[in-house]
Amino acid sequence: MNSIRHFAKSVRLLLLPTIACVLFGLVATSAHAGAIAPSVEERLAKLEAASQSATPAINTGDNAWLLASCALVLMMTAPGLILFYGGLVCSKNVLSTMMHSLVLMGLVSMLWMLFGYSMAFAPGNAFVGNPLTYFLLKGVGGEPNADYSATVPQESFMLFQMMFAIITPALISGAVAERIRFKAYVLFTLLWVTVVYFPLCHMAWGKGGYFNWALGGKIPVLDFAGGTVVHISSGVSALVCAIVLGRRSGYPQEPMMPHNVVLSLIGAGLLWVGWFGFNGGSALGAGTLATSAFAATHFSAAAAALSWAATEWLHKGRPSVLGAASGMVAGLATVTPASGFVSVPSAFCIGLAAGVVCYFAVTKLKARFGYDDSLDVFGVHGIGSMTGMLMLGFLASAAVNPAIASTFHANGVAVSLAGGTAQFFNQAIAVVFTSVFAGGASFILLKLVDAVVGLRVHVEDEDAGLDLTQHGERAYTE
Amino acid sequence: MKKIEAIIKPFKLNDVKTALNEIGIQGMTVTEVKGFGRQKGHTEIYRGSEYTVDFLPKIKIESVLPDNLAAQAVQAIIKAAKTGKIGDGKVFVSTIDDAYRIRTEEHGDSAV
Repeated sequence: MNSIRHFAKSVRLLLLPTIACVLFGLVATSAHAGAIAPSVEERLAKLEAASQSATPAINTGDNAWLLASCALVLMMTAPGLILFYGGLVCSKNVLSTMMHSLVLMGLVSMLWMLFGYSMAFAPGNAFVGNPLTYFLLKGVGGEPNADYSATVPQESFMLFQMMFAIITPALISGAVAERIRFKAYVLFTLLWVTVVYFPLCHMAWGKGGYFNWALGGKIPVLDFAGGTVVHISSGVSALVCAIVLGRRSGYPQEPMMPHNVVLSLIGAGLLWVGWFGFNGGSALGAGTLATSAFAATHFSAAAAALSWAATEWLHKGRPSVLGAASGMVAGLATVTPASGFVSVPSAFCIGLAAGVVCYFAVTKLKARFGYDDSLDVFGVHGIGSMTGMLMLGFLASAAVNPAIASTFHANGVAVSLAGGTAQFFNQAIAVVFTSVFAGGASFILLKLVDAVVGLRVHVEDEDAGLDLTQHGERAYTE
Repeated sequence: MKKIEAIIKPFKLNDVKTALNEIGIQGMTVTEVKGFGRQKGHTEIYRGSEYTVDFLPKIKIESVLPDNLAAQAVQAIIKAAKTGKIGDGKVFVSTIDDAYRIRTEEHGDSAV
C-alpha cells in the first residue's frame, strides 16, 4: 500500500512539471505560429521584394563560422572561466565559484529567450529595445535580419549574442567569490543583465543605439566585440561589488592563495582559444574582417603575456606562470573593442600596454585602495578594456576597416572615425558613460538585493566554505 | 625495543628506504608532514600579493625495531638523508614497551 502511494507520488512529481512544460511550449509555439505564418499576399510581396533586391541569401560559410563562434564563446564560460576562476580560489570555494558561471548559462539563456534579445536588438529608442517585439523569440528564425547580419539566419545572430550576455555577468563573479550568498548572487545577476547589460548592448550594437557608429547612433563609438558592453561594464560593476560586499574575512592578513594554478592555466588557454570566436565571430561573417579581428586578438594576447611576465620579472624578481596567464587574459580583454579596427602591429602595442597597465592595476592600485576584488576582475577586464577603448581612439585604421571612413554621418556629411583626437574623445565619452552607468546601477541593485535577501554569508559559513554551506558539496573528497 | 622517527627532505625518501632495507629492516610507516626548524619558510607571490609560507613539506618515517638494530638504523638514515645543507631534518629515538602483531597475536621483538 505504502509503495503504491510512493509510486503515485513519484509519478505526480514527474508528470506535473512535464505537463506544465508541454503546455507552455504549445502556447509559446502557437504564439509564434500566429506571428510568423504569413498570408498569401504577404508571401507574394516578400517574394517580389526578394527577387528585386540585391540582398544576398544565407551564406553558408558565414553561418558556419558564426555557429562555430557561438560554441567557442560558450566554451569561454564553460569550461574556460569556470576553470580559470575555480583554480584561483581556496579549495573550500571551488564549486561555488564554478557554479557562479554555470548557473548563468541557464538563467541568462532563459531571460534572453523571454525578453533579453528583444531589449538588446529590437527597434526601440536610443537606450533600449522594445522587450515585446521579439518576446519568446517571436519571428527570430531562418530569415536574416539585414540590419545586423544580412547573410545569416537571425537565429544564429541571436545565439551568438546570447553567449556574450552569459559570460559578462559571469566575469563579475570573480569579485564576489568566496563570500556572496548564492541566493543574492542569482537575484543580483538576474537584475544586472536586465538593467545594465541589455540596455548597454542596445546602445552599442542595437539599431539606433546611442553609441552605434554604424546604425544611426548619436555618438560614434568604436567597440568591435564588447570593450564597453562586456568588459568595462563587468569590470566596474565588479569593483562596486567588491566594495559594497566588503573584504573576505581575514583579507589581507590571512593567506588566500590560489588552490590550483594548473586549473587556472587550462582555463586561461581555453579563454584564448574561445576569444577567436568572441572577436573573430563579431565580424558576423567569414570574410576578411573576421580574419583581421582574429589576428589582432592573437597578437595582443601574445604581447600581453610577455609584457606582464617581463614587468613582474623586473618588479618582483621572478616571472610567475600565473602572471603570464593573467597577462594573456588582460591582452584579450584589452583588444576586444579594438580588434577589427586595428592593424596587427597596433594590436601588438595594445597588448604590450595591457600587460603593464593591468599588472600595476592588480598589484599597486588594489593594494593602495584596499578593496578585495578577489580575482581581479576590475584590474584585468575593467582597466584593460578602458585602456583598449582609449588606445583604439588613436589606432583605428580605415585601411583595416574601410567602413569607418564614411559610414557615420553628422548633419548629412560623412565623418571618418579613423584614429585621432576627435575619435579619442568619442571613445572616452563611452568609457565614462559605461563606467558611471554600470557602476551606479550595480550599487543600487546591490543595496536592493542586500535589503531583500542579504548579500553575504555568515562569517562561520564563510569559514566553512561556500561549497559546503551554499551547495552541500565538496570539490575534493578523500 | 626502540621507535625511530626520522624527519627528512621528501626527495631523500627513496635513498633512506633503500639504506634501511639493506640493513634488513622490513617495515616502516611514511607520512607527509609540514613544519619548520632553522630552515624557516619561503615567500610565494600570486599576482603581486606575497604570502609567507612558514611550513615546509617534509617526510616522517617511523619504524619500531629490536634494540640491536636501532643504532645501525639511525646511522643508515643519517648517511642516506644528509645533504649538508640546512633543513636535512632530525632523527628521534624512543623506547617502546611492547608491540603486537594483530594477525597472529605474537608480541615482543618477533612482532616488529
